[in-house]
Amino acid sequence: MTEHMPPPLASGCRNTPVLKQRGQREVFCGLTGIIWLHRKIQDAFFLVVGSRTCAHLLQSAAGVMIFAEPRFGTAILEEADLAGLKDAQAELDRTVEELLARRPDIRQLFLVGSCPSEVIKLDLNRAAERLTQTYAPKVRVLEYSGSGIETTFTQGEDACLASMVPVLPATDERELIVVGALPDVVEDQMVALLTNLGIGPLRILPARTIEDEIAIGPNTVFALTQPFLGDTHAGLIRRGARHIPAPFPFGEEGTTAWLLAIAEEFDIAREVFDRVTEAPRRRARQAIQQAAAPLRDKSVFFFPDSQLEIPLARFLTRECGMTALEVGSPYIHDALHGPDLDLLPAGPQISEGQDVDLQLDRCRAAQPDLTVCGLGLANPLEAEGFATKWAIELVFTPVHFYEQAGDLAALFARPLRRKSILTVAAE
Amino acid sequence: MKLTVWTYEGPPHVGAMRVATGMKKLHYVLHAPQGDTYADLLFTMIERRDHRPPVTYTTFQARDLGADTAGLFKQACRDAYDRFQPEAIIVGASCTAELIQDDPGGLAETMGLPIPVIPLELPSYQRKENFGADETFFQLVKHLAKPQAKTERVSCNIIGPTALGFRHRDDVAEITNLLFELGIEVNVTAPMGATPSDIAQMGKAHFNVLLYPETGETAARHCEKEFDQPYTKIVPIGAGATHDFINEIRALSGSTAPLDRQALRQTWWSRSVDSTYLTGKRVFIFGDGTHVKAAARIARDEMGFEVAGLGCYNREYARDIRTIAKEFGVEPLITDDYLLVEKTIEALQPEMILGTQMERHIGKRLGIPCAVISAPVHVQDFPARYSPQMGFEGANVIFDTWIHPLVMGLEEHLLHMFREDFEFNDAAGPSHHGGHQPAGKAAAQVHQPATEAQSSVLSTGSDVAIWLAEAEKELKKIPFFVRGKARRNTETYATSQGLSEISVDTLYEAKAFYAR
Repeated sequence: MTEHMPPPLASGCRNTPVLKQRGQREVFCGLTGIIWLHRKIQDAFFLVVGSRTCAHLLQSAAGVMIFAEPRFGTAILEEADLAGLKDAQAELDRTVEELLARRPDIRQLFLVGSCPSEVIKLDLNRAAERLTQTYAPKVRVLEYSGSGIETTFTQGEDACLASMVPVLPATDERELIVVGALPDVVEDQMVALLTNLGIGPLRILPARTIEDEIAIGPNTVFALTQPFLGDTHAGLIRRGARHIPAPFPFGEEGTTAWLLAIAEEFDIAREVFDRVTEAPRRRARQAIQQAAAPLRDKSVFFFPDSQLEIPLARFLTRECGMTALEVGSPYIHDALHGPDLDLLPAGPQISEGQDVDLQLDRCRAAQPDLTVCGLGLANPLEAEGFATKWAIELVFTPVHFYEQAGDLAALFARPLRRKSILTVAAE
Repeated sequence: MKLTVWTYEGPPHVGAMRVATGMKKLHYVLHAPQGDTYADLLFTMIERRDHRPPVTYTTFQARDLGADTAGLFKQACRDAYDRFQPEAIIVGASCTAELIQDDPGGLAETMGLPIPVIPLELPSYQRKENFGADETFFQLVKHLAKPQAKTERVSCNIIGPTALGFRHRDDVAEITNLLFELGIEVNVTAPMGATPSDIAQMGKAHFNVLLYPETGETAARHCEKEFDQPYTKIVPIGAGATHDFINEIRALSGSTAPLDRQALRQTWWSRSVDSTYLTGKRVFIFGDGTHVKAAARIARDEMGFEVAGLGCYNREYARDIRTIAKEFGVEPLITDDYLLVEKTIEALQPEMILGTQMERHIGKRLGIPCAVISAPVHVQDFPARYSPQMGFEGANVIFDTWIHPLVMGLEEHLLHMFREDFEFNDAAGPSHHGGHQPAGKAAAQVHQPATEAQSSVLSTGSDVAIWLAEAEKELKKIPFFVRGKARRNTETYATSQGLSEISVDTLYEAKAFYAR
């Protein structure tokens, strides 16, 4: 089975100097994570305590108005709340009462801090404790910040999961926790793979409902499926759990390395590992082979968005034959991103943070075949002749593990295929 | 604190962005935290703009709050000036920056930039998007435009259109053309398409054509007072309103130029006998004040509908809406609470909704057809084709748009005659709409999995592989819009492999086989 294992790299990107710039950051705030979290945790409601801007972001960024009454909303701060004419805590109690009366199905309520609530130092922690006492045991109230001054895009999910860690019950059982919100179908595939390897008991954070809740302790080991869970990682370690570092499960190689790290932790025999993974690995390689054809020998430039950039650059360069020119990430954590950086062939500029105007200058100078960027930049770059892939699709689409490896390659290939199909030029 | 699910308007700085993005050679420096940059995608995605909005955000973070956010703002201002070389800069704060009280206007003033720097005061916790656009445009006019000698030939300004406006692009083209036919030159169209130096020339016009009171009325009033420019009070949406608008223009300009009205087909389309079925259809109208006022008049006088209720979300127009509701003998609904609008519609049970994209969703849930007449905008409100709401062509477009969601006249009769018919029945929806599946039917499927599983076996026949229960379950996890394709591909694959049963593995083997 070693024939397809990652060859050790003479020079990966782990020690490459990182370009850090400070300027305009063209990124979402952490509130955006609510858009997938509220679908994933089925008995939770996310109440943003913020401004009209927060409500407008949630509404327009996701185009999620398909849901009749979604499990998220905004308690919009008004002039009277800010001027101290009304007691903000009492107002929050009233709003929550109104909400829970209308939505008796809610079992978990997340109070989500925003830029304005942070700046006026509205104490949501106190509010969550008080409200938990009021509504326990029926409803548990937690709080986290999704504000733009504290979090970038996917860090909202990190903050949400991290807020759940301290209240998880304790256990001394040796258990595996897999951390990260995945689409249900992908999660089921992952559970099947780990179960077939004989690994268990297996728990998942976030659980789909409060009833499926997990426990944690010194014999817990955990693996991350998303590269943006830095705070959750730290919180779990504080609870005594141990991290299994691994490349992230994107592509055939990433998935195999991720599974292997866990299998080794649980002393699973190599024959078993090979037997369980052989068929899906073959399928994944086949699917990538077909889907990645338009990507071969093409170059890619990543703007920072979701922290998925480094693992995806690893996938595109090693499994799809692309060359990375720049890999920008909003934040780089060595403990999380190190294993992927080790495998990413040296060459690309690694950058953290952003000055968007300077980065656009670099992108134009580099002339990449494919640019991965946010929605605000995609059409303007397309109009300049650059093929783009909107990064947000990568967090909304099932892309993890073997059976999605071909889809992941196809997501990147589609803009290039499309560019080659359309023969009538734009003006 | 106000619990909000969906909002009809964004915050006021988004209104300011609509002005800045509509204009050329103007730059907006916005003191705001990093997440506020989401607003760019309103323009680049919803409106499909091929340029970034001319906005520089300071994108301060928590660690900057204890330090020098004011310095950050000044740096952003200087960088924006150096890079973009605009003719003028507007500066302001978003909701969060308003709280830290850095006074962007005062800071920018001290920088000595060689261009006009216009400070905006947009109270984020009191006002909303339309106010932001209206106020921003007013400040631009106030700072840049000066009284001037009028043009020799009679001319006007067109004011109000912005970026991200509901059909503003096409309305401006339609009305510019109408004014041309009347022999009136357009001096400046603003904010959309204008530069700051164009705005400086606005005083030359003889009068103003105010197309969008929501975003241009304060500026129009200012021009009336300062430059002696009267402005039009009628918004030319609908055939009747367009006639009145033309008369208003003739009175303001003295134009007697003849007009060719052949392009107005709506009036005959509405009178032709096949439109009889529209008579007395009960409609509920909701949107911004201006579009609702216009729609009410069209509904009653030009379509022959019965107006069952109406309302608007922008309180600034509450008085107008109350007046018109009284005239129509209905209760006005002035609210920006989406749930209240839904409740009202549910209680009124109209046959059709003329609303915004939000009411379209309400209609979908309640099974009531809906046509969109007003902002807030959606990507569908920016069609590639020419599609104005104003003028003669606008009246034509509105006729088509409003009848499209309805079941057509003869079809309606067939539905009444053959209620149980497999093709013509209530649940089937209008025949010219593909893929229509009413909520009731979808729910029924969810509750009867056994029936569906059975039918899938029946439909497959003998030489086709049987789906194992696990695989069938897996298939259901695939989104409905590709599920059919996945089923077909897997079955074809299984057949080609000579398999008699389809397992989860077969499903994924097939998926890999067809991957591209």
